[in-house]
Amino acid sequence: MKRTIGIFLCLLLFSGCAGRREDSKTITLWHWMTDRDAVLQELAKKYEEQTGIKVKINLYSPPSSYSQKIIASAQARLLPDIYGILDKKKVFASFIKNGFVADLTAEFKKNNSAWEKSLFDKALDVNRFKKGNVYGVKPGIYGVPLDVTNIQMLYNKKLLKKAGITKPPKTFNEFLDDIDALKRVGIAGFVSGWGELWMADCFASNYAFNIMGEDKVMATYRGEVPYTDPDWIKVFKVFDILRKRGAFIEGIVTKVNKYAEQDFALERAAFAFNGSWCVNVYHDMNPNLEYGTMLPPPINPNRPMSIWGGAGSSFVVNNDSPRKEEAIKFLKWLTAKEQQAYLATKTRNLPSNRYALSSIPPILADFARTMDYTTHPSIWKYNEDAMVTKKFDECIQMIIMGSITPEKAAEEVQKVKEQELRRAIRRKKR
Amino acid sequence: MKTFYYKIIKGISVTFIHLFLLSASLTCLFPLFWMVRSSLMTMDTIFIDKSLIPHTISFSNYIKAWVDGNFALYLWNSVFYTVTVVFAIVIISSLAAFAFSRLKFPGKDFFFYMFVAAMMIPLPGSFVPLYVLMTKLHLVNTRIGYVLCMTNVGLSMSILLLKTFFDKMTPDLEDAARIDGCGKLGIWWNVGLPLAMPAIAVIVIFNSLNVWNEFILANLLLNDSRLMPLQKALMQFQGVHSINYPLLMAGLTIAVIPIILIYLAMQKYIIKGLTSGAVVG
Amino acid sequence: MVGGNEVIKKKIFNRDIITNYFFIIPAVVIFSIFYIYPFFYTFKLSLNEWNGIDLHQQFVGLDNFIELMRDKDWWASMWHAWYITMIALTFQNLFAFILAFACDRDLKMKNFYRVVFFIPPILSEVVVGLIWTWILYAGKQGGEYIGLLNYTLSKIGFSHLAHNWLSDPKTALTCIAIVHSWKGFGWGFIMFLAGLQTIDRQLYEAARVDGANMWGILKNVTLPMMIPVIAVVVILTILGSMQAFVLIMSMMGNELAGATSVPVTQILNSMMATKRFGYACAQGITFGVILIFISVIFKKVSDRFKEV
Repeated sequence: MKRTIGIFLCLLLFSGCAGRREDSKTITLWHWMTDRDAVLQELAKKYEEQTGIKVKINLYSPPSSYSQKIIASAQARLLPDIYGILDKKKVFASFIKNGFVADLTAEFKKNNSAWEKSLFDKALDVNRFKKGNVYGVKPGIYGVPLDVTNIQMLYNKKLLKKAGITKPPKTFNEFLDDIDALKRVGIAGFVSGWGELWMADCFASNYAFNIMGEDKVMATYRGEVPYTDPDWIKVFKVFDILRKRGAFIEGIVTKVNKYAEQDFALERAAFAFNGSWCVNVYHDMNPNLEYGTMLPPPINPNRPMSIWGGAGSSFVVNNDSPRKEEAIKFLKWLTAKEQQAYLATKTRNLPSNRYALSSIPPILADFARTMDYTTHPSIWKYNEDAMVTKKFDECIQMIIMGSITPEKAAEEVQKVKEQELRRAIRRKKR
Repeated sequence: MKTFYYKIIKGISVTFIHLFLLSASLTCLFPLFWMVRSSLMTMDTIFIDKSLIPHTISFSNYIKAWVDGNFALYLWNSVFYTVTVVFAIVIISSLAAFAFSRLKFPGKDFFFYMFVAAMMIPLPGSFVPLYVLMTKLHLVNTRIGYVLCMTNVGLSMSILLLKTFFDKMTPDLEDAARIDGCGKLGIWWNVGLPLAMPAIAVIVIFNSLNVWNEFILANLLLNDSRLMPLQKALMQFQGVHSINYPLLMAGLTIAVIPIILIYLAMQKYIIKGLTSGAVVG
Repeated sequence: MVGGNEVIKKKIFNRDIITNYFFIIPAVVIFSIFYIYPFFYTFKLSLNEWNGIDLHQQFVGLDNFIELMRDKDWWASMWHAWYITMIALTFQNLFAFILAFACDRDLKMKNFYRVVFFIPPILSEVVVGLIWTWILYAGKQGGEYIGLLNYTLSKIGFSHLAHNWLSDPKTALTCIAIVHSWKGFGWGFIMFLAGLQTIDRQLYEAARVDGANMWGILKNVTLPMMIPVIAVVVILTILGSMQAFVLIMSMMGNELAGATSVPVTQILNSMMATKRFGYACAQGITFGVILIFISVIFKKVSDRFKEV
């Protein structure tokens, strides 16, 4: 008995060994990007060689776990020097208002806005709060974009040729015809990771902007236009029509994006809806894949098709950090042309520095060309309430499965919208 | 004639039983087989080669997982956490279960039901107060903080299970031990534990599995990658956007071996428990 | 003297009781830090509205609970969890019991089975999710099914039975319940086995001498002796299955438009997706109360059985 207690005490003593405490000049950076960890570590070493400042980079995966850690650390006032906020603008605003994020506007404006000008506008917009924003945040730039992405459609050149299609569709009706042609040769039409609600939301949003225009969508978010409006029913109908034509690959609503990417890379579907990060993924799975990019085919010919794009991953600086200056310097270095080019070639993501564009592979250049047509929820004047968005996205899934009609879906979403509007009024009264 | 008939029936039923058991075994073994098979392939061949036994076998994933994934360090951490936590749980929960089952003191039922109720009330959002508390106690990013937290996770169920087995102990055994000069602790060590060996084996397996496969709390409470358990390495093989399947399977295979060994070791105790324990009745 | 004896008796009584407390002190201390404190915090938080970030919370009283009562999605998720639990209780545990019973007697390859049946619980949910997702996959490539189940069905001539197992709301939940049971029956198996092993062989001998056949032994010796273990397995199955979620998340992505939601995924959603920690805590507490209610009813029922 004594022996077991002895062993136990030894174990306990050993467990007292804590993690090494970093010396006060080391910058800590927490991130979630598993595919970029190796490159970031290399860059950190390079930075240390150049400047003598050590940067400790820690990876926490999966992203949901990372978000939890950030929230808990914020409450405990133990945030690292540099970190990311993987959430909507409203949450970003909350972090800023509670003093967890440093205001970087002054740094960006230095030297005649040198830093600001070197990065893509759209990328900065995601991290920027404009004058008169609805969140009550002091206008300025609060984050640094590491790369940019946009989400478009892709098509498999070989599979299209098999179905006798010579060029990608430019209108929605052409798209439907192409789907029919593909069906005739037994090829599945369309795949996307719509097991992840935000992806389905993105597709719907693109078409909403195309069908009714940004202003009407914003009015809906404000509560002035109901979801039962015919234009919104048209948006829902998009999914219904595609379902009826048999465009979707089996099980599209349970696919996490990873599996959807697999499907496209392994040539199980001719069209995909995915973001520019897919270039890296497709290359890993099938380096011989022949594919191209295209905008989702618009329904309304009188309005341009909008796609989501902007900053891919962004970092913010902890406002309470004693190493704020050093952290900002590191981020400046990280977004400089040389490092951005290195990141782009190693990880096949689009750089956020516009001067680094010359060194990226051609398919990425295809993606980059459309950066100016992009929009993003983070830069809209208004955003929809989270509960309403959840209902909206779930209804889309149900339409795809055929368990609800577009009209009924509109009713359901409107019901939740009215509930949220009432709650907002009650909250203001308090 | 009768015995011959009887033998045939017995033969058929035994065959049936075996058939039944074998097909159940097949469904259980298949995933393991698939894991190993996938780990011996590479990213190029994994989606193309659909045969049960891969055409080209390569062990490169295992080497890569071990070296690139820094497996040795994480493996050691996982082993340490598992051993310490299981040890702690067995001792602490058996002491408590023994008290709930055989000792008298006011508030006994209250405390017992408190532990049982804990199994039923999940605490969402508890990671926030937990983290803040651990920070105040300076237990964040320490081994012992994680060990204590994981110990708590397994306490309730272990106490419940052990109490059930301790309840089977008759007063005669207790009295016999007391006559031999054992105090309460002695009864616990010499009579209670051996009798509950099967339950302890189950608890060891259950908690080993929990700690070994855990990563949410590890991610939260530990910052330094030097303290991280094995699951962290496995999470790294699952990129945000793409999964390197063969590498992941190799990692999972390496991760599964120690647990299988623990189970092989423990499952003997489930039988031995009775023969080395006291005779009941 | 009489007075002196009384005093001595009191002292021993107190010291005895106090040493009893030492047995539970380690457990209670750890439990208080890691459960009791967060529990009170959760309770307090359920009466507030908080987004997890702000320094202040907004008191809303019982609003969260009232809203929860009317939340159709929440009660649907409860029903889903209960469905999974029912399948686990019957399908999984019955199967586990039969297998344990079969392995208890002298059977060839007994040890082999004992090891094999425990492999599903050992595998992490990630692996199980990946493999079963592939097995139940409904897509085709080059005209042939990719998923193992549909592929096999089509090869043996039952291709009309091939189905989108995981993307049809009617079948998705059942598939998940089956995979969950498949993964869990190993537990029931070893617990039943452990329980069966503690039954004194002499009782079997005595029953056989009395002329009982296999059924009789089962009914009169095995089952009564196993009631405590059966009770524990049942309650653990209920609690475990009601709170299952990791497997579902790894097989279904995030959710199938609510067709496969379960309470824990709802709670996680409230916390991290819609950032309503107060509501999430209200959900958690309501869930806990319901589980306690089920357990209490169950205990009363099992106590009645024990008397018989």
